[in-house]
This record gives sequence, C-alpha cells and structure tokens, in this order.
Amino acid sequence: MKCQYIEFTGISDAKAEKSKINAGEESRVLYECLTCYACQEYCQFGNNPFYLLIELQEKKGVLTAPKPIVEEQLRMMSPKGRITRQKVRSPVVNMCAFPMLTGCVRGKLFEGASVLSGNDIFCNIMWLHFAKNSVIRDRVPKTIDNIMSFYLKDSKIDEMVCFHDECYGTYTSVAEAFGISVPFKPVHLFDYINRRLDEIPDLIKPINEKIAYQRPCSNRLSPETDKILDEIFIKIGAQRVPRKHDRENALCCGGVPRALQRDELADELVEKNISDMLSTGAKYCVFNCPFCMATLGQEVAEHGLMPILVSDLVLIALGE
Amino acid sequence: MNDFIRQLADITGPGFVSSEPEERYLYSMDQGTMSPAEPDAVVMPGSTEEVRKIMLLANKYKVPVVPMGGGLVLSGLTRALHGGIILDMKRMNRILQINPKSRYAVVEGGASEGMLQAYLKKHHPELKHSMPDAPPIATLAGNICIHGSGHLSVLGGFHSDMLTGMEIVLPTGDIMRTGSCSVSPEWFARAPLPDLSGLFIGWSGTTGVVTKLGIRLFPSYSHNDMLIFVCEDADLMPDVISRLTGTQVAEDMTPWMTPKPEWARGFLHINISYGAHSKKELTFKRNLLQASVKKYSDQKIAGFLPLPPTEKSRFLKIPSPDLVKFADIRKGGGFEYVGAIMAIEHFAEAYRAGLQIARMYNVSYSMGARIIGAGHAMIFFYAYAFNRADPEDIKRAQHALEATNTAALEIGGIPWKSELPAQKQIINKMDQNTFNLMNQIRSVLDPNHIMNPGNWEK
Repeated sequence: MKCQYIEFTGISDAKAEKSKINAGEESRVLYECLTCYACQEYCQFGNNPFYLLIELQEKKGVLTAPKPIVEEQLRMMSPKGRITRQKVRSPVVNMCAFPMLTGCVRGKLFEGASVLSGNDIFCNIMWLHFAKNSVIRDRVPKTIDNIMSFYLKDSKIDEMVCFHDECYGTYTSVAEAFGISVPFKPVHLFDYINRRLDEIPDLIKPINEKIAYQRPCSNRLSPETDKILDEIFIKIGAQRVPRKHDRENALCCGGVPRALQRDELADELVEKNISDMLSTGAKYCVFNCPFCMATLGQEVAEHGLMPILVSDLVLIALGE
Repeated sequence: MNDFIRQLADITGPGFVSSEPEERYLYSMDQGTMSPAEPDAVVMPGSTEEVRKIMLLANKYKVPVVPMGGGLVLSGLTRALHGGIILDMKRMNRILQINPKSRYAVVEGGASEGMLQAYLKKHHPELKHSMPDAPPIATLAGNICIHGSGHLSVLGGFHSDMLTGMEIVLPTGDIMRTGSCSVSPEWFARAPLPDLSGLFIGWSGTTGVVTKLGIRLFPSYSHNDMLIFVCEDADLMPDVISRLTGTQVAEDMTPWMTPKPEWARGFLHINISYGAHSKKELTFKRNLLQASVKKYSDQKIAGFLPLPPTEKSRFLKIPSPDLVKFADIRKGGGFEYVGAIMAIEHFAEAYRAGLQIARMYNVSYSMGARIIGAGHAMIFFYAYAFNRADPEDIKRAQHALEATNTAALEIGGIPWKSELPAQKQIINKMDQNTFNLMNQIRSVLDPNHIMNPGNWEK
C-alpha cells in the first residue's frame, strides 16, 4: 500500500493483486509498475517482491517499454570485449558505464585510487526496469568475471568501491537474490567517503549549506546506506533538509518513466521533486545517481538550485 | 582565350580572374564521384553589373559559363564539361535586407547559409532561416536552385518553396527580376504573378545567374527540443510520418537508418525537432507528437528513445555534425549521396532497395530522409562514403549510385540534384513534351547555349 504510483482502492485490493503475483497470475501491477524498486525496501521480510514482480513480467512477456527501445539499449549496453588487463591499487573505484564521470574521482578524497569503467564491467541492473531478469542472469556473472580477471585478481585486491549504488545493489542485493556469487567485497561509496573523512578530519571545512537530497531508486536496494549519508553530511557541515519526497518517500527522478513512454507522469514527478526541493530553501540539489543528475540536473539548475554529486559536494568541503 | 581572359580582368580586376593550372585543377571537381573537367578560367564577380558584363562577353565569344556557389553540390554540377569559365559567386555575399515583420531576407547570390545564420543570431535573434545539413559555406542561392531542404522543411517545405523572388542575369546579359520585387520595392512573395522563378530552379545553372534573392525567415524559439522515434518495421514508416506531420508542430523530421553504430543496425529512427516560446508550449507540442503515434507505443512496437537533456544537445545542433562525420568514414575525402524526392508511401521500398544495393556493391552506407511539409514528400537519401585515393572504391560508389538512381526512378521517385548519368535517366523517363518545352525555354533564354552546357541534355 506504500506504492506511490499504483492506485489501490484499499488494502484488500493491494493484497489481492499481490496474491495474484505470488501465484504467478496476471495482475494489473505487471503493467502499471513504474519499476521504482521501492517495494524491495518496504518489504521487512526480505521476500524480494520487486525481483519476483520483474520475474513474472518477463515470464509473461510483459514489455514495460516498446521492444525497439529495449532492444537498442540491450545492444548499446552489451559487453564490447574492449577490456584490457590492468594492474590496480586500492582504493579501486568502479564507475560502471559512466566513464564520462571518471573526473569525479580526484583529490584527497580519492587519493591513489584506480578507476574502472566501461561496458565490459557494466552492472546491468538497469534491466530490472525492462523486465529482463534473464539479461541480468546472463551478463552479471561475466561482468564479475571481467572485474576479477582483468583487474582485481592479479593485483591481489578483494575490495571494490561502487561509485554508483546501482552497482552496489547488484553485487549485494541482486546477486544474493539471483544466486550469483561475488568473489570481491563491494564497498558502497557512502561507506568509503565516510571512512575517508575520518582519516582526514583536519581538511574538512564545513560548507554550512542546506542541501536537498534526491534519493535514487537504486538506493532502495541498500537502504542501510542512507544513514551513512547522514553521517557524511554532518561531517561536512551540510544540512540535509527534510523533504516530503526523501527517505522512504523518495520520488523517482522521472528518467525511467520516459523510457516507459510515460512522459506526462515524468513531467509530474520532475515538478513535484523540484517544488519540494524549493520549498526547503536548499542551495544544492545533491544526487548520488548520475542518471538522476542527467535527468533532473538541468531543470534543477533552471530553478536556481545547484545540481551536484555527493562526491563533488564532499570535495567542496575538502576545499577542492 | 587569352584575349577573353584579359577582358574578364578588365571587368573584375586582375585579382579575381585566373587561368592558372592550380586554380583550374581545384575548380575541376567536387567531392563526389564525377570525373574532373577543367575550366579555362575562373572568375569572381563582385556585383550584378560585373556579372552582366561577363555574361555579355561570354555570349559574344560563345564561351561556356558555369555558375558556382559553395561548390558543394557533390554531383558534379559545377564542372566545366565543355571548358569555358566558372563564375564563382562567393564575393557577392552581402546580406542586403532583413524584414523582421514580413519575415524575409534579401541576400546576394553568393551569400552563404552560415553567413545568414550568424547575421540573424547577432542582429535578429528572434528570426532564423532553414539551414541545410551542408557545410555552412554552402550558398543560399545554390541550395534554393537545387530544391534543397533543411531544418525547417516540415514547417516550410523545400527551400525553393521559401524563395520570395530573385534577381537574375540572363545569358544575354539582361537583368531581370522574379516575384514581388519585379513590381514593388519589397521582396515578400512570388504571388500573385506568373512564377518566373521556376525558370531558374532545378535547372542546374543552365538558364541564368542568380545575383540576388529573397528568402523566408521564421520565428527562432527560445525553447527547443527533439524526440527520437524508433521502430523496426519499415512498413510502418509512412503512417508514422503521416501521423507525426499531421500534428503540424514539428519544424524538422529526419528519418535515419545506419549500420553503425552497431546498436542502430536494423532500426529505423526519426529525429523530430520542434520549438516553442515557452516551456509550457514546448511540453504541449511534445504531447501532441507523442499522442499522434500512441497507437504504436501502446502496442510496444515502437516508441521514443529516452534521452536525458544533456544528450540532446548534439541532436539540436544546426547544421547537424553527424553527416559530416559519416562523410569521412572511409577516409580520403570522398562522399556522395543520391537524394531521391518521392512520396512518403514508398519509404519501405526505398529503404529495402538501399540495403540491397549496399550489400551488392559492398559500400559503406547511411540512409535517411528529410520530410517535406506535412508529409507532402520526402527526400530519401542514400549516402556512400568512399576513399578518393582508391580508384576501385570510387568505381564501387559510382556503380552503387547508378543502381540507386535506377531504383529510385523505378519506385516512382526522382533523383535530386542529379549528376549527369542520372539526368539522362530522368530525361529518358520524362514526358517527351515536358523535355521539349525545357529545350524551347532554354533556347529562348540562352540562344548561344553557353550556360552550363552538357547538363539536362540527351
């Protein structure tokens, strides 16, 4: 009943639809789901309601987006075989399929870091939005093998920082639910930053600004890390303003609904997010998801808020 | 000829006439597959009066004259097939008048697309003209005379449809005007007079020299956006195009099909650009466009690519940089394309013919189209890149172009800005009386047959 995007007449209606899904039967939820991952967080029992829903969508051939859109993206994001063996050293930071953001890994915060990126190490979690669990099963083991074989194994490193919490969600929540073994220890970016700030407290110059945080769908897979973000903000003197649409009530940035051809809903989400942020008097809109930032960043900036990634905000506090 | 060249120099000044081998070599070809043909001299007039004097001289000595704008036509239309002079119009590049209320510009015959674009951005940011996806040095006159198209062609049709009048120097040296400027001091329209502009459009420089022209301008929007529609079934395209153009909100629509990058192979895309004076209006227009093809997105067989705003900027660049990138894909600077103008219902046939030809001749291809008006026609293009330093590669591209022209004509289309062999193919298919009338008109305008001879001949 916490679902923010599907209308239910009451708890019994919601239960009835959930029962259908559990029984592997047709349900309107299969067609109306916005794939925001939130039910995965709402479930207190670890029953993976979201993954089961996607599983059933695929089994029943439900297309969340038009077939050519999905097919083109499957090709765009496929492994390219362009990976080369590379000696790395700690901390190893995985930028996934966002090589354009490798410039974010810099300064004292990431001192000495090795950076990995490219389609051959793409975490593939995006297929949860497109009813393609099979692609996750097919591609994620190869991604993990590439990370190990080309980078970590020879360098005798068993830890990898996930810049994007989609990757962290893949190597923790998804891997566990899908029975995929992960031979390295994934480290959430927040966890890395939090620990790193403890190592260099003298460098921190509190920024003393109000920030509105745009929590991404992928953080629903690692909700425990949201508290770590609070610790980071305290350490850098940033005030995470209470938003109506934060924490468990976070709203989608609007990116995925556009892929699902639901632009009018996406416009509504953008509007709600921005008016919510503006009502708090925040100066910055902070993202942890590069895709959310690409989707919302321009709109946010047009409304007078500065769009920024968590890591860059921390770098400001470190005087960089 | 030497005496003739000396007299040319008397008209333009010696710095603007050359019969030196390097100039003759450079002016003997364009980037396309047609073999070089050297002029005897190149002359650059600076005014209508100089053009008039040159034409009088050339007519007197019966020296062929080939008018040239940017020299970027790609199909060899500005080669001096029978020698003579190339009349390079680039010095006559002034922007003479902008009428912001009636939205037209008057420019000289050598003014380039880039110059007008830059001028409007600086002095009239509320206005724009329809830019073709050619290098900015392409001239407005050249593009209009070949029935070019551009970024406002869904809104305004062919660039020749946007022409409001012309000043022409005839091969006999007479200066004449077409459109409202022949009666009034203003250049607002070709109506309601007998449309004499048609005597000079589509004739490949065989009837006269354009020294001035008027062109329609359009509102330049503060908010601009674009969509990319994707489907897998070429047979859907005519209906999709018809639905999208039926909304009457797009400025430009360009379908594209390419085997590279690999993710695009086999898919048919349509870039749709539109603008508005406010964000609200922009969203309204987007909703109209999306609603027009909802039938297909609801069936999940087609839809719009999700593009974050940051990724749209390259698609909103005018002119588009993408075709230029493709042009040098084989390296060596060779590039030509057949643009066949045809009805939109032939989209699938045209596409399949292109795939078959590319396979047959093993050429690097890119196919696309530009929609004209509210789906009134399209320019379907087949672009072939080749390495100019490799004769075999040139030959392959030539054969592919010939086969494409044949296929386009068989489908019911007409090759656009056709190179010599294609002109002959068109003439063979043309109504005989039409061709006879073309020849009669040409004889009247150009009794000594000095204008770009070799073109539009059997």
